[in-house]
Amino acid sequence: MLVYLIRRLLLLLPVFLAVSMVVFMIIHLVPGDPIDNMVQIGASPQQRAILVARYGLDQPLLVQYGVWLRNMLGGDMGDAIVMRQPVIDLIAENLPHSLRLGGLAFLFSTIVGITTGALAAVYKDSWIDRSVMTLILLGSTLPSFWLGLLLILLFAVQLEWFPVSGARTWTALVLPVLTIGLHGVALVSRVTRAAMLDVGRRDFVLMLHAKGLSHRRIQLQHVLRHALLPVATILSLRIGWIVGGAVTIEFVFARPGLGSLLITSLAQRDYPVVQGCLLMLAMAVMLGTLLGDLVQAAMDPRIREQLR
Amino acid sequence: MAFLDVHDLSVGIGTLQPLDRISFALDKGQILGLVGESGSGKSLTAMGLMGLLPLIGGRVTGGSIRLDGSELTDLAEPAYRALRGRRMALISQNPMTSLDPMVRVGEQVDQVSRMHLGLSGAAARSRSIDLLTQLRIPEAATVHRQYPHQMSGGMKQRVVIAMALAGDPELIIADEPTTALDVTIQAQIIQILVDLVRSRGLALVLITHDMGVVAQACDRVVVLYAGRVAEANVVADIFARPAHPYTRSLIECIPRDGQAPGSLKGIPGIVPSVGNYAAGCRFHPRCALAQAVCQQQVPPLQTQGQGQVACHFSAAPSDG
Amino acid sequence: MTGRIRTSALWRALRTWRGALSLGCLMLVALVAVLAPWVAPYAYDIQNLSATNQAPSQAHWLGTDEFGRDVLSRIIHGARTSLSVAMAAIGVSVLMGMCLGAAAAYFGGALDRAISAVVDLTWSFPEVLIALIFVAILGPGLYSTMIAISIAYLAQFSRLTRAQILAIKGETYVEAATSLGGGHLHIVFRHLLPNALTPVIVAGMLATGDAIILEATLGFFGLGVQPPKPSWGAMMASGTAQIFLAPWTIIGPGAAIALAVLSINQFGDALIEALDIRSRLRET
Repeated sequence: MLVYLIRRLLLLLPVFLAVSMVVFMIIHLVPGDPIDNMVQIGASPQQRAILVARYGLDQPLLVQYGVWLRNMLGGDMGDAIVMRQPVIDLIAENLPHSLRLGGLAFLFSTIVGITTGALAAVYKDSWIDRSVMTLILLGSTLPSFWLGLLLILLFAVQLEWFPVSGARTWTALVLPVLTIGLHGVALVSRVTRAAMLDVGRRDFVLMLHAKGLSHRRIQLQHVLRHALLPVATILSLRIGWIVGGAVTIEFVFARPGLGSLLITSLAQRDYPVVQGCLLMLAMAVMLGTLLGDLVQAAMDPRIREQLR
Repeated sequence: MAFLDVHDLSVGIGTLQPLDRISFALDKGQILGLVGESGSGKSLTAMGLMGLLPLIGGRVTGGSIRLDGSELTDLAEPAYRALRGRRMALISQNPMTSLDPMVRVGEQVDQVSRMHLGLSGAAARSRSIDLLTQLRIPEAATVHRQYPHQMSGGMKQRVVIAMALAGDPELIIADEPTTALDVTIQAQIIQILVDLVRSRGLALVLITHDMGVVAQACDRVVVLYAGRVAEANVVADIFARPAHPYTRSLIECIPRDGQAPGSLKGIPGIVPSVGNYAAGCRFHPRCALAQAVCQQQVPPLQTQGQGQVACHFSAAPSDG
Repeated sequence: MTGRIRTSALWRALRTWRGALSLGCLMLVALVAVLAPWVAPYAYDIQNLSATNQAPSQAHWLGTDEFGRDVLSRIIHGARTSLSVAMAAIGVSVLMGMCLGAAAAYFGGALDRAISAVVDLTWSFPEVLIALIFVAILGPGLYSTMIAISIAYLAQFSRLTRAQILAIKGETYVEAATSLGGGHLHIVFRHLLPNALTPVIVAGMLATGDAIILEATLGFFGLGVQPPKPSWGAMMASGTAQIFLAPWTIIGPGAAIALAVLSINQFGDALIEALDIRSRLRET
């Protein structure tokens, strides 16, 4: 298992390098002098010279990348142009909010999704199944930010159960988690149901029946375990959607977080912040994918031996 | 009354009728062979006996199955479940896929003893290891903790047999237990099954397409064709004097020592699929003896000596 | 013959309730979008500052927004923007993806590994993130939105095409090896290739629905199509400022998006069932 982990980490390295290179290049691809995009308007020549030295802006591109990367990993992400703070401070302020939102949304999607999907499979063709299928349909086709806005309209504006925006109380988490979560529930539920029905057709399930086990016991104790494997696969492949969803929903609900930070800094053309956020979000996606792979390996004895 | 008595069993799937009035009987300590090509309805018979037809969308449409005197066809599901694994057990075709790949094999055998005999975890484990050893699996304790993908096909099939025996059943239905295995392993597995029957006094329904296996292991044999019984008899008689043309062809198909190369026989034509059965005798399109009556009338199952045969021309003596 | 199979599959899809209803909806939306200037009761930019944020009424079926503009008309014109951006972006994406995937599959070796490495890289990232990266570089606007969306969905089509072509590569090389001349190559190009590419086309159709949502999301962030051109996303963004006063400015555009996406997805699903290609849509 440990060997598998090490190999996966090694595979992650080139991906990280490639992504960081793309993020790094943003400042150089944007029209205009890179220095102008990193510095406040009306900066003095001395301030510009300091920046040049700090980032090696007079050196070849590859060296600049190296300097930038080393700085980034060391915690120096530059200074925000508009907000006049070190980027790392901004990120440190906002990261916990995003983690909370993303983490809760993930838990919600996974638990509710697996439960509904399993129920739909066990009671196939019943009203339970049909309701779950409708839920899946709605969750996958409705644009999430519209759903978020609708929920705000209904529960925050009309019923006043939850705050409209912000992150002052824990109740402010409910609607955002629900919004991101519903899309996730649709995905997880659909895969769980399909996987359980698929596994249910296999030979060993016939043998379980022949041994005298009941349908429900077979589904929940044996089939579900198998179905969790494709679910873990899908989750680890699509872990990105949580990040994507969080970015959107944070903005919709005006919550502090990496997502809102990214969008506002994009609109303000605050490139150091943009780069810092993008790098962090990309790392979140990569780590999530890695975790997903590890979970899969832990669940299926056959994967551990593949080592690919 | 025979221990297992199947009378005029018919099975339907959707609007089709893949099994039509199958009858046979079996006593404890006996091995009944159920022979036929793929598509003849052998596996359906196995599913029917176990009450598992609903899993494939099928149902019993007529006839009766009596196990030790009690009728199975109108049994409610919980009652049937109590029988499965306990009084009757199934060994299915493909050992590669019969075992749960995510559970250690030992646990899968333990499960039967724990569920049906109420044994504790430790007791079930030692019973399973015993069974595995009896089935000539070396180092059974180690094997007990292995996963299916770590074992060969032959070993897996032995585990499946252990699973079948764990509940102390009286009837075993083995659906082509050796088809997916190497030829060298086949004989071993068949021998294991035969020994089990003799030593424990089990009743065994051995489903196969191989007449050679029948000759080796069975006491009686029922030949199925296209969902109907073509012929049934004790093994010695059926090989000496096959009465149905289909049976005769099947026997001729068995490769023999010293056979001239290129002389391997087959039966012309192919087994019809369920919707395409011929009128009258379902075998007549491939039969050398076919006449007009074969298409017009379904040949009734007639008793001849110790066996039954369903052919209009079965009185003809065999020609070797 | 393959052409005939596909059209008959189309008829089969239409004969189901789902297929007919969704296609009907789709055509309605498309028609409205194309005929926007004639269908919309008002122009999308006529302001009426004395009638801002009015609830739905006889004169304005879906009310007015904060500038007194008719919401319904803006939604109708917005359909034009959203649909054309999404379709153009996905169209380009499918073409580029097909080329990349085909090249990777056909030439194999180092080229395959290189293309696959780059493609797989983008594949695990959320489309929103990729789109945002490109908006960062190109700045907000109509064309950067299109480019961003194209690249975000590129990986999917590249992988699908590659998988499809790899599947037939094995067979056709055998055929070609025993061929008696151009006859077999002719079969490859006229029959096998179109068949292999059908899943990619259908996937493209389904992706268009996602692309509409992505375009609206970018618009909602203020990073998409810029005013005065109406876009569903931007409408909803300005609607949030009036959320207490004029909720219909949010509900309307969102419902339009939902309707468009729902009908695309349902029709796509109906097609998949009729063509029976669900298994071929797996990308590995």
